[in-house]
Amino acid sequence: MGKNKLRLRFCKTGNAKYISHLDLMATMQRGLLRAGVNLRYTEGFNPHPIMSIALPLSVGCESVCELMDIDPADPLPGNLNDFFPEGIAVTDSYISEQKFANIVWLGIRGSLMFGGDIAELRERFTQESIIIQKKTKRGVNDIDIIPFIRDVEFHEGDMVTMTAKISAQNPTLSSENLMQALDGDLKPDFTAFCREEVYDAEMNIFR
Amino acid sequence: MNLKLQSILQKVQKPARYSGGEYKQIVKEKSAGLLRVAYCFPDTYEIGMSNLGLRIMYGLLNERDDVWCERVFAPWGDMADLMRENAIPLYGLESGDPIRAFDIVSFSLGTELSYTSVLNMLDLGGIPVKAKDRTSNAPLIIAGGMCAFNPEPLADFIDLFVIGEGEEVIGEIVEAYKLAKTQGIDKPEFLKSASAIGGVYVPSLYDIAYNDDGTVEKIMPREGAPLPIEKRFVADFDASYFPTDTIIPSTGIVHDRVVLELFRGCVRGCRFCQAGHITRPVRARSPETLTRQAIESIQNSGYDEITLSSLSTSDYGELFPLCDQLLSWCESRKVSLSLPSLRADNFSVELMERVQKVRKSGLTFAPEAGSQRLRDVINKNVTEEDLLNTCAIAFAGGWNGVKLYFMLGLPTETDEDVLAIAELSRAVLDTWKRTAKNKNRGVRITVSTSCFVPKPHTPFQWESQVTMAEYQRRVELLRDALISAKAITYNWHTPEMGFVEAALARGNRRVGAVIESAWKSGAYLDTWSEYFSLERWLAVFEQCGLNPEFYATRERSSEEILPWSVVSSGVSEDHFRRERERSKEGQITPDCREQCSACGVSKLAAGGMCHGQK
Repeated sequence: MGKNKLRLRFCKTGNAKYISHLDLMATMQRGLLRAGVNLRYTEGFNPHPIMSIALPLSVGCESVCELMDIDPADPLPGNLNDFFPEGIAVTDSYISEQKFANIVWLGIRGSLMFGGDIAELRERFTQESIIIQKKTKRGVNDIDIIPFIRDVEFHEGDMVTMTAKISAQNPTLSSENLMQALDGDLKPDFTAFCREEVYDAEMNIFR
Repeated sequence: MNLKLQSILQKVQKPARYSGGEYKQIVKEKSAGLLRVAYCFPDTYEIGMSNLGLRIMYGLLNERDDVWCERVFAPWGDMADLMRENAIPLYGLESGDPIRAFDIVSFSLGTELSYTSVLNMLDLGGIPVKAKDRTSNAPLIIAGGMCAFNPEPLADFIDLFVIGEGEEVIGEIVEAYKLAKTQGIDKPEFLKSASAIGGVYVPSLYDIAYNDDGTVEKIMPREGAPLPIEKRFVADFDASYFPTDTIIPSTGIVHDRVVLELFRGCVRGCRFCQAGHITRPVRARSPETLTRQAIESIQNSGYDEITLSSLSTSDYGELFPLCDQLLSWCESRKVSLSLPSLRADNFSVELMERVQKVRKSGLTFAPEAGSQRLRDVINKNVTEEDLLNTCAIAFAGGWNGVKLYFMLGLPTETDEDVLAIAELSRAVLDTWKRTAKNKNRGVRITVSTSCFVPKPHTPFQWESQVTMAEYQRRVELLRDALISAKAITYNWHTPEMGFVEAALARGNRRVGAVIESAWKSGAYLDTWSEYFSLERWLAVFEQCGLNPEFYATRERSSEEILPWSVVSSGVSEDHFRRERERSKEGQITPDCREQCSACGVSKLAAGGMCHGQK
């Protein structure tokens, strides 16, 4: 990080979960500008504001732990969150030397509308391997997701709650990839996921 | 948001279109006295949110404590199908409440090809599409916008139309509706009282008699309804409402920038142009007002671009002072300025250079016709010399691309006129060869043609549209003439949409049955080539026993009673007749600043206000 860089931690919940990654960049930039926070620009032929968001979130997934690095030319005002659409709120800002590349695990929580026995869901994730088809830039590959998932738990309730930690990078797993494991009778009628925490390789909270 | 809707939004493209929750959307607390308005735009979110009219009406209505106005857009096909499958009725984005529970459902009509979307949106909302099948006041279905200047094709479906600018009349309609609601006045009585509001057209209060040949014999108002309905307009445009603190979408839209409205109306009088005629008289905002609105809009939005919008921006009298004021504020803040709708005859390269410091990609001009003769016929008072001079200065200044827009099928057009487009384009290319600073970069000249659609309330409202086959023949002629010029790219719009647009634009009430049948056989979002089907439209015209050519390609006599003469734009039929005659003689009419052509619009306003005079 440059000496002026600031890391923001923010939520993207409620209706804001439908904002795509690309649109989120514009939305954050405009929100900051409205709040009077100008961003420093890159030099060069086509200057653009210096800004990066860690680990794109898939459309429809909520998060309370998004991270974004900016290079602000102005201090953040106290009422910063008044300038964002509903569901987007900055919860922390700090200077960090840690690179986004050191994020290894993502903690996620999901609500599953599932009428069956949750013991079957638990059992599914205790198997030695779960092969799913995963889309990558190079096409569709079969991968075993078991090495990239840990701490899977299910809890009963109006909806079944699922918590897990999944690989953040190399490969990047998404909640959709987890749900691909639940096919046939195990397929929930409805699912909604939220990204809850980011961790490094030692399972410390990444800041 | 309920789980059923959330579950659907996981399956559709671009769900942010349907979720609401953008910055500055307005949410109010529901109460018994609150009048609920659904402002419906019969096209996608991205198109509708780019419409300044929507933002004006949304802002104006929501300034009132007694009204909550919400937005509704036409869902894309994937969403519309899933909504039907899951019995989710069309809803307002702010509250998620179904539009059938609203008091007033209002449609903005910007193009005739959106008519089937209006019907589909009503149906998706669980609202009967025919006005006669809706017996109570709620929801009242109203419509306005450019296309309301021929309201007849939608007369069966809409309870009342607003003719002209909506800023003032919408408040009067709201008051009348509130009165009817509190006093328990029934729909027929309410509509009768509403017809007394200036600029309001209640189609159910008019009977139309037809001649054997299908033309209108007589328009007969009942119960004291006025004939014609005179359009409304905002007299003091400088002081009129402009939304400087408006919704900022969280997803990309067509115009993701601040749009400043410089003036309404146009002094030019191009004979094909409906907008230029129906928005008269010309009324401008002062540079001071515009600068203030621009600064507020940029600060409130976080946008980094301002567009100066009007029908002919280079005709804005104080364009230089305005741009100076704006640029001095914008430059240090990395806000850019863009100037669409410039004319080739008074284009200022100095201005463009100041405005477009970063990118010198392309310039766009619309000579509309290739030969001077035909440009005189249509009163597009731009000469070849103007265009070539402008291009010469631009090329010398480093521009290396120009786009030229033309129409084919203009009245009196001959093959010579078509070929003149090729000659003019080659002359632009020669100009580049003579004047370009750096020829190594090459040049891109793009020529585009579309098929002329004669529109109501223009001097060409009586003219025929060329057939699709004839348009295509002229396209081939031009294409062959341009084929050897490698630096010139020729793009043409296919004529099918233009043909249906022409049939609907000059339709009478009988066309309503065609629109309904088209919608029933699946027509929706007809401005999109993914959805438009000429075959479907031809089939339903036939089913309804009507000939689309009667509306599109038939030349009318100047004496024919036109279906849209039920409304008046203030520009008189006599003026249009005179202009039609002058066009046939190839005589131009000077613009309003040089000489008044007595179009009649000054009679609408006390004091005879015209072209920016006070």
